[in-house]
Amino acid sequence: MSLVTRTTLIRSAAALLAGGMALTLTACGSGSKGSTDAGSAGGSIKVGLITKTDTNPFFVKMKEGAQKAAQESGATLSTAAGKFDGDNAGQIAAIENMVAAGVKGILITPSDSKAILPAIKKARDKGVLVIALDSPTDPEDGTDALFATDNKKAGVLIGQYAKTAMAGKTAKIATLDLAPGVAVGQLRHDGFLQGFGIAEGDPSVVCSQDTGGDQAKGQTAMENCLQKSPDINVVYTINEPAALGAYTALKAKGREKDVLIVSVDGGCTGTQAVKDGKIAATSQQYPLVMASQGLNAIVSYAKSGTKASGYTDTGVNLITDKPQAGINAHDTTYGLANCWG
Amino acid sequence: MTTSTAPYGNLTGPTALRRLVTAPTAGPLAALVLACAFFSLTTDQFLSGGNFSLIIQQVMVVGALAVGQTLIILTAGIDLSCGAVMAFGSIVIARTAAQGTVPPLVAIVLGLAVCSGFGLLNGLLVKLIPLPPFIVTLGMLNVAFALTHIYSNEQTVTDLPGALTFLGTTFPLGGTDVTYGSLVALALFGVFAYLLSSTSWGRHVYALGNSPEAARLNGIRTGRLTIGLYALAGLVYGLAALLLISRTGVGDPQAGQTDNLDSITAVVLGGTSLFGGRGSVLGSLVGALIVGVFRNGLQLMGVASIYQTLITGVLVILAVTVDQISRKRTR
Repeated sequence: MSLVTRTTLIRSAAALLAGGMALTLTACGSGSKGSTDAGSAGGSIKVGLITKTDTNPFFVKMKEGAQKAAQESGATLSTAAGKFDGDNAGQIAAIENMVAAGVKGILITPSDSKAILPAIKKARDKGVLVIALDSPTDPEDGTDALFATDNKKAGVLIGQYAKTAMAGKTAKIATLDLAPGVAVGQLRHDGFLQGFGIAEGDPSVVCSQDTGGDQAKGQTAMENCLQKSPDINVVYTINEPAALGAYTALKAKGREKDVLIVSVDGGCTGTQAVKDGKIAATSQQYPLVMASQGLNAIVSYAKSGTKASGYTDTGVNLITDKPQAGINAHDTTYGLANCWG
Repeated sequence: MTTSTAPYGNLTGPTALRRLVTAPTAGPLAALVLACAFFSLTTDQFLSGGNFSLIIQQVMVVGALAVGQTLIILTAGIDLSCGAVMAFGSIVIARTAAQGTVPPLVAIVLGLAVCSGFGLLNGLLVKLIPLPPFIVTLGMLNVAFALTHIYSNEQTVTDLPGALTFLGTTFPLGGTDVTYGSLVALALFGVFAYLLSSTSWGRHVYALGNSPEAARLNGIRTGRLTIGLYALAGLVYGLAALLLISRTGVGDPQAGQTDNLDSITAVVLGGTSLFGGRGSVLGSLVGALIVGVFRNGLQLMGVASIYQTLITGVLVILAVTVDQISRKRTR
């Protein structure tokens, strides 16, 4: 299916460029061919998936999950994304275009939990089922349903783990966060503090920096934190790229053995890093499950008219090879078998 | 020779319509028409009044920015700060009206004034020190971006008074729903197309872009003209801020992050030369529409959004190539 679409696209792009050079005939010939291709998919249930970006592996995996579920149930999936994390206007345009294309339902990972609401409401008013994936809108009932990991819980798990692992030692914590005002980052951060048993502003948190979830920025952030407080011994990271950046910075100072790094996401690279001992523990999430369950909910709405509702927890598990007493965890063999990306 | 009557009458002064069909804009316009024809054939939903109304709504914010950007690029400058200035303006309008005690109209005037102020500052730095526009506006991009996040407290401003979102509301027109904001954006293009093509001020702008030295020797006060252009562009960004708020219904500190590059894309696709002195705001409208039509049409076809970026990139390179080749020919 996607091969057909791509071929059509390349053909159309080529035709258009040639058309710009006044070879109008070529464009017409190719155009009518494209129409046949699109027509063959016209009868199936159309579902849209709108992610925050096109490039983050988490969303790439989410797309794969939705694509696979779409093939199995005979639905047609179209995807769109913002240009950057936080691109609300881009997501609004994607919703409008999908509604115009006649989708039955839209799966969306909202970049801005509040600002996206009016556009979602317009789509729902036209009978489109809208399901939030990964992170909720604010308020949560802005969408028909939510299929997501409990990001707070993901944070709590690594917070509890770190607390137990640091028992008897004085913790000097660095938090490598996402970006201001983004719900996922805030929830994980808050969860970590709660799991560790401290409040925001606690003196044991000696450094907090934003990384955008980026490895290079994570490294810079850690370097700066170490400059500020060389005695840091616990590092909370928003995701594993940031954790690996922190690891690189710590290794440069020869500190990689005696600093505890904990993270969230459970991507395959990240889980492998847990196995290699670079990251002590991570909270693994399941974007494939979110996407496939969400897609199936829209297909069943199209077939039976039953709307999905409420919050469906798609699960989170602590992955570590250094388990702590009293903390539930899976090992990296399980983690690698269930990782994404 | 009486210079008092029609001092520029002897210069070739193409009207807006004639300029649209002359070399720089003819290509983009053909590309737009072809793209529309292509998507009309490949999808059932493209060719409808409702869909065209949608595309105009989607491109009007970047389109408005592109009007200001065109003014700057016509002088061989560039404005990297436009998206960030707009974002700051939108937060100023949203916050003062929603969380302060200021009436919506005053908030709007305040936002327009702030954006004009940024433009004026850009112009002064470019002309008086002088500094390259690229550097000045790169700096201003960061200043405006930071101020937006500081002033907004990283919070999206919701529950705006109706007067601020009025331009986003629709009214029926010929069987489809059109937003008032779309009309304002189109009017903006019309006004500037007229000013540039049919007033002496417009001729001065083109003269300045073609050769600042020749313009100066001909008695054009180039310093004042340049500074005025930057301030005017800022005012237009303020209007874009209002359009943005009305479209999304919120004040969003994250907004506009790539809009500076998107506006440059629209201007370049529209056939305005990055080397100054050639082009038109109507071309920029065509450029913005090309991007909007591709985004909409490919989505209707079910093509993933990353291909829109790919195609836009190819088109930009193609547009600059055409500009370069036609420049060589005219010399």
